[in-house]
Amino acid sequence: MMSFLARFTHTGPSDWIIQRITSVIMAAYLFFLVGYLLANPSLTYGQWAELNSLLAMRLFSLVTISAVAYHAWIGMWCVLTDYITVRLIGPKADGLRKSLQAGLGFIILSYMVWTIKILWGL
Amino acid sequence: MVDKKRPVNLDIGTIKLPITAYVSILHRVSGVATLFAIAIFLWILDQSLASEQSFQDVSNILSYPLAQFLIWGSLVALVYHTVAGIRHLIMDLGFGEESFNSGRISAWVSVGVAVVLIAVVTGWIIL
Repeated sequence: MMSFLARFTHTGPSDWIIQRITSVIMAAYLFFLVGYLLANPSLTYGQWAELNSLLAMRLFSLVTISAVAYHAWIGMWCVLTDYITVRLIGPKADGLRKSLQAGLGFIILSYMVWTIKILWGL
Repeated sequence: MVDKKRPVNLDIGTIKLPITAYVSILHRVSGVATLFAIAIFLWILDQSLASEQSFQDVSNILSYPLAQFLIWGSLVALVYHTVAGIRHLIMDLGFGEESFNSGRISAWVSVGVAVVLIAVVTGWIIL
C-alpha cells in the first residue's frame, strides 16, 4: 500500500484512486471543522488553542494538509497538461508547464511546512 | 487518409455546452482557486493560534472590506469545489448508472446545493 501511494508517477488508476481517497479525508476535516464552529458559536481563544493542541487534532490537520498537497499536485497536473500544451500555446508550452508545475509544487510544500510550524510551534 | 472536406468544429466557444460541462469546468476553476485560498485559511489558522490578542484581531477581520472579499471568494471556491467533488464521489459509487440524464440532474442538484450554501456563506460574511 505504501509503495503504491508513494509513487509519484502519473498512472491513471493510481491518480484516480489517490484523488478520491484524499478528497474523502479533506471533506471529513471540513465537515468536522464546520460542525465544531457551529457547535461553538462563541468560541474562545482558550477552547480553540486547546483543540489544536490535542495530538489527535494536530495529526488530523497534518493528514489533511498532506491530502491537500497530493490532491492539488495531481489536480494541477491535470489542468496544466490540458491547457499549457504545444497545440494550444506553442513550442514554449512544455518548458512553461514544467516551470509552473515546479512552482506549484513549491507552494504546496510550503503549505505543509507552514502547517507543521503553526501546529508544532517550531 | 483524412477527408479534409469533413466539417470539423473544435471551437469550444461556438458549441452549445450542456450543464454538465459548465459544472465540470467550474470544478476545475474552483479547484485552482481553492489551492490559493488555502494560503488565506492557513494565515487565519496561524493568527488564531499565535496569541489571545491575534485571535481577537483575526476574529474582527471581517470588518475590513478587502478581507471580506478575499474570504468570501475563498469560501465560495471551497464550497463549490466540495459540492462538485462530492457529486463525483457519489457517481463513482455507482449511483445514476452513469447515464447522461442522471449526470445532468446531479449537475443541476450540485448547482442548487452550491447556490444555497454560497448564499449562507454570503449572509454570514455580510451580517
